[in-house]
Amino acid sequence: MSIAVSVPTQSPAPSRPAIRPIAGPAALLVDHATKRFRVDRRKPPVVAVDDVSVRIERGDIYGLLGANGSGKSTFIRLVSGLLTLDEGRVEVFGHDLVREEMAVKRLINRVSVDAAFFKKLSPAENLSFAARLYGLDGREARLKAAGIMARLGIGEKRMARPVEQMSRGMQQKVAIARAILTSPTLLLLDEPTTGLDPRSKLDVQTFIEELQADHDATILLTTHDLAEAERLCGRIGILAGGRLAVEETPEGLKTLVALEHGLPPTLESAFMQYTGRSLDDDVEEGEADPAD
Amino acid sequence: MIALTRDARAGYAFVERNFNLTKRYFGWEVAFLVYAVAGALSVSLIGQSVGSRTLLMSLVIGAVFWNYLSVVFQSIGDTITWERWEGTLEYTMMAPVRRSVQLLGSALYAVIYGLIHTAILLAILALFFSLDLGKANFAAAALFMGVGSASFIGVGMLAATLPMMSVERGSQMVFVLQSCLLLVSGVYYPTTILPDWMQLLSRVSPATYVLDAVRKALIDGASANQLLPDLWPLLVMAFVFIPVGLWGFGQAERYAKRTGKLKRVG
Repeated sequence: MSIAVSVPTQSPAPSRPAIRPIAGPAALLVDHATKRFRVDRRKPPVVAVDDVSVRIERGDIYGLLGANGSGKSTFIRLVSGLLTLDEGRVEVFGHDLVREEMAVKRLINRVSVDAAFFKKLSPAENLSFAARLYGLDGREARLKAAGIMARLGIGEKRMARPVEQMSRGMQQKVAIARAILTSPTLLLLDEPTTGLDPRSKLDVQTFIEELQADHDATILLTTHDLAEAERLCGRIGILAGGRLAVEETPEGLKTLVALEHGLPPTLESAFMQYTGRSLDDDVEEGEADPAD
Repeated sequence: MIALTRDARAGYAFVERNFNLTKRYFGWEVAFLVYAVAGALSVSLIGQSVGSRTLLMSLVIGAVFWNYLSVVFQSIGDTITWERWEGTLEYTMMAPVRRSVQLLGSALYAVIYGLIHTAILLAILALFFSLDLGKANFAAAALFMGVGSASFIGVGMLAATLPMMSVERGSQMVFVLQSCLLLVSGVYYPTTILPDWMQLLSRVSPATYVLDAVRKALIDGASANQLLPDLWPLLVMAFVFIPVGLWGFGQAERYAKRTGKLKRVG
């Protein structure tokens, strides 16, 4: 069983609706998901995701916070079908990830912290490849890509030059465009703004809000930026050691940490309380842990 | 129909992407071609020095057609390695594309690329040595290129599973496998001079049959009928290796997803 903690509804009204009226299946249903990795045969396996259950309704933005190595990226990979579950199940809009893999794949896309591309190819060439994989024809893909890139502030001239000549921020925008191009109804954003300058970060955050508002996209977002989580997310879950330690609205989390732990009513306090570590530890640890 | 269109687009995605990569790495393509020409000329000049037309032709054909088979094999075998180094493997594996479409798309480009590469090489060598191909049966040679490609695609698919299971060791094993095929397939000498145990290995290499048949077709003008002993093993290998390659790739994918080996490396 997961150990998620919830507060009752008397918490202050959140800035966003926590749960929309339920009509049809959940956009994402993760039911008691567990994933273990065997790093060393002489040692017991590392439990990267431990009995986590999450339900995200259509059109919501759900934030997943946690220290490095807490299992956030493993969780995203499980939902993406890039890792197999040891226990539990995942459903996307009612489609079981194992039994209906192709149907699920058509509904989701992902942006990860490292904008991975064929670096010698141009954004146009990379996007064309991605679009064709999802069954779009070339002309449709070009028009759509140009529109998305323009919205993200990348002009047509930049579309023909190799991705390796672009800044980290621009590459991340191309990565977001690649994901949006396939019109996913569930978008998995794994630290999409990490390493971006403030302007690029703001651009990406605004775009995420637009996606939710205009395209009815459901978004699962992992981030280390607590202000970003507060701004974007209707609900937030905090992972610690692979387990879902708490799940609430941003306002609910603040109330919870103030009422139950006597800490200042901030997301930072909630993060410290439920991850049991400081933000400095989190930054210094880097990417060493295989679970993240 | 919709599924077919989707598959066709996805398959073409790999052809177009690999073509774009060839364009962007054009300098390297020229460098590799120069190396291939120099290598083929160096080996073929041994035949010239001996003064034997048959040996010269045999070495030219060995060098040119081994170049073709190794280009096809390597292009397919490196499908996973390349994506892993670039970090795009997870995105490709997440896409709603059947593995058969992914591998056959990559194989199609490998064959087109290999044919162009080999045609340039053959033209240069034919001009350099003023080769007399008056007796050559080009149709029979083309037939064996086609059937041989199919069986080499199967071997390439099997090789592509190795980097999926182990990033660095997998690539090393692809390289070792390619070297072993070069050794046992009679590229520059008849397989009859090999030790008995190596001759056994030569019988399971598609390159052995392709090279033998192409030599007979181009040097002696042998017809497809006369080359039937080389044809049926290639057909059997194509029918066996391609399904086995696809099955193996599926198993390797499941293993990689269970152990978390699809993650970016490099």
